[in-house]
Amino acid sequence: MMSTETNRRDFLKTTSITTSGLIMGVVLPGTVRETMAAGTLHTPNAWVHIADDNSITLISARSEMGQGVYTSMPMLIAEELNVDVTKVTVAAAPPGAQYANAFLGAMITGGSTSVREGWEKLRVAGAQVREMLVGAAAAEWGVAPSAVKAENGILTGPGGKKATYGQMAEAASKQPVPEKPAIKDAKDFRVVGKRIPRTDVPAKVNGTAQFGIDVKLPGMVYASLEQSPVIGGKVKSVDSAAAKAMPGVVDVVQIPDGVAVVANSYWGAVKARRALKIEWDLGAGASLNSAAMLQTSMDAAQNGKVIAVQPAKGDAKGAIGSAAKVLNATYITPLQSHSPLEPMNFTAHVTAGKALLIGPTQFQQGAQGATAAALGIKPEDVDVQTTFLGGGFGRRIELDFVVQAAQISKAVKLPVKLVWSREDDMTHDFYRPLGLNQLSAGLDASGNLTGLHFKLTSQSITQRAFGLPKDTLDPFMVEYGVTPYNIANTQHDLVIHDAGLRVGYWRGVSHNMNAFANESFIDELALAAGKDPVDFRMAMLEGKPRHQAVLKDVVEKSGYRKGAAKGRALGVALMDGYDTVLAVVAEISLGADGEVRVHKVTTSTDLGMVVNPEIVEQQIQSSIIMGMGTALKHSITVDGGRVQQTNFNTYPLVRTNETPEVVISLIKSSEKPGGIGEPYTAAIVPALANAVAKLTGKRVRQLPMTGKAIQEA
Amino acid sequence: MSLQFKVNGKAVQSNSEADTPLLWVIRDELGMTGTKFGCGAALCGACTVHVNGEAVRSCQTQVGNVAGSSVSTVEGLGGNHALQKAWIKHQVPQCGYCQSGQLMSAAALLSHNKNPSDSDIDAAMAGNLCRCGTYTRIRAAVKDAASMMRAA
Repeated sequence: MMSTETNRRDFLKTTSITTSGLIMGVVLPGTVRETMAAGTLHTPNAWVHIADDNSITLISARSEMGQGVYTSMPMLIAEELNVDVTKVTVAAAPPGAQYANAFLGAMITGGSTSVREGWEKLRVAGAQVREMLVGAAAAEWGVAPSAVKAENGILTGPGGKKATYGQMAEAASKQPVPEKPAIKDAKDFRVVGKRIPRTDVPAKVNGTAQFGIDVKLPGMVYASLEQSPVIGGKVKSVDSAAAKAMPGVVDVVQIPDGVAVVANSYWGAVKARRALKIEWDLGAGASLNSAAMLQTSMDAAQNGKVIAVQPAKGDAKGAIGSAAKVLNATYITPLQSHSPLEPMNFTAHVTAGKALLIGPTQFQQGAQGATAAALGIKPEDVDVQTTFLGGGFGRRIELDFVVQAAQISKAVKLPVKLVWSREDDMTHDFYRPLGLNQLSAGLDASGNLTGLHFKLTSQSITQRAFGLPKDTLDPFMVEYGVTPYNIANTQHDLVIHDAGLRVGYWRGVSHNMNAFANESFIDELALAAGKDPVDFRMAMLEGKPRHQAVLKDVVEKSGYRKGAAKGRALGVALMDGYDTVLAVVAEISLGADGEVRVHKVTTSTDLGMVVNPEIVEQQIQSSIIMGMGTALKHSITVDGGRVQQTNFNTYPLVRTNETPEVVISLIKSSEKPGGIGEPYTAAIVPALANAVAKLTGKRVRQLPMTGKAIQEA
Repeated sequence: MSLQFKVNGKAVQSNSEADTPLLWVIRDELGMTGTKFGCGAALCGACTVHVNGEAVRSCQTQVGNVAGSSVSTVEGLGGNHALQKAWIKHQVPQCGYCQSGQLMSAAALLSHNKNPSDSDIDAAMAGNLCRCGTYTRIRAAVKDAASMMRAA
């Protein structure tokens, strides 16, 4: 029987499509390296490779995981190099200090930093190469550099002199690198600000785009890894006799994270894995459950060491104590999994003292360093080649699956592709941490907010991942902890508490919990003060013109003042983050099943100068959908140390039929670009919570806001 | 044992065991990696292909059951299919991983419904998950492709 869940009436034969047979279409990484070795490619700097045949490759030091960096990064170089982005090749950078992300201190893709960090650096890099090409042409033609123009890949000079970039590339790469090349004023931009089509889209609609899971090396075998059902558990004993006897099995090997079945097909490995008999030492994590995680967080909030987020302003507790009206509220943001559609995977080939790693990673230098450490070899002997990422969202900053692939390859002495199942992926994530936000505030007799006390208790990702010392402020925990509202007396506290499950950076990171809490609470205060939530916010935004502008704009664009149609409600939220300021209005109703229906989401965004509006709009649409899932549908829970959600039936993502209309308004700005990959995952959540409160009169302070949660609130 | 069937019009044979999911035969044995593995349980649609014109989840379709059948994959759309043109025009993909499955579900829809409404698209496409949330653009692209195909 064939199994399918698509509607029967949609099954009709498509006979009109002809094909040329089996299309492999896989471009193996390494093409650039091979050309370089052949001596036909010249590299004036780390970002630009020009071949003698005038084919141009622009290097992206950031991983393409859907956010459009294989277009936006080359656009910044091309703005000054004067080449057509749609006619160049884009290649992933190898690990290297020259490719480090200055915002994050290493070669990492994340934190909505790519454009912000590359904004000046990449334009300067493009200008350097342009000036070197011009210098080389000027020298060859015996003219002043000012007499040479570099346009569309062609150099022209007096008297009809003409050469392609390729013809001048070798000479250019011998020119001194100009330290301060001239770069354009914004008014002269010809590439930045344009809707340049994404360079990765054609390959992503014809099946040729190479993701990690598509990598194939000669003689490669496949691995499926059984890890402890409780994260952190260890193998006590393993009986692999039955698995080893299965057809196609090459070997069964134990690595620190579990037992890997290696076979000459992926399916062979999966089947044999089911025949493993493993006894686990589940470790301390085996007693963990969601209720205990919440309880220990509550306890820590009461008794844990308090870290000041910023110096207190005035006397918040005093102001609240003497207020005419006091509000206290606790908001709970649950665990979430990243669940990119491409499960974790990596391909490794470890040979004597060297390792080749190919796959989807957000952290090339980490992949290199962690593998070197695990294998006891030198980092420079670990080559990392980055494929397309079938989603990242922070999961692929982690290195567990990379190191596992290398360890398995070392054990079997063969090139190995490790592929996790969806169940492996969902139950062995580094989860978005549990957040407990406790807020209290006082209103005076006129309903003005006089004092606010914010306290977040949550887990530090940065302590685990980057060794942040204990009891020091983790800046990635307090994003939008402090709001832009002018409040006379404020105190912001952080308590760092390890709730027992490993945690990781998740798109939007702590904006997700802090924006939910702060923007819900401000709505609660407005209602308690008898004021409109927009007016209440606006009255506290004096001296914050960018915040005022987006709020005003979203009110106009959403028809907020007219109010929602019968049976619907509007909820508003304001946020800043990643150097971007934004406001959002969500229009919802409740379905007959009691679940929230999101009809329309109106956004106003000031992200400074926009490099590619098409990609910005994609990111806004994308992050709203992802945030909606966390607001309304799914969460991760733990029982007996085991993550209880294993696949998309128990972790239900937003579907096409649940997708709202999204209205996007971008404020014209001459500020430097802000980040846009993440902020709306957080900002949409309180907008929905505020709409639910408006519609039902019920304030939901624990996510997700399922129909049941709303009913029980 | 050798199973014979067609993929994108070309006769192929598989030496995999009959219970092997068609997905892995297509990807690992036949070397066509456009079709993706997402969940292994018919819950995400990333592995959608057509078998005798029907959109099916190849992760839950045993290769033994497609002997003698005609299978088509994203590679079989040929590159210039109206849907592929529309996907480019509307700049649908972000990470792109689910898009082969989205395209194949859309192709099955348009093969019998030349002018799908929003609810037709929902019915045909609700089983295809996209973690990047490209749904709005998919909807627009499906409608645009349908209109291109009607005009052709």
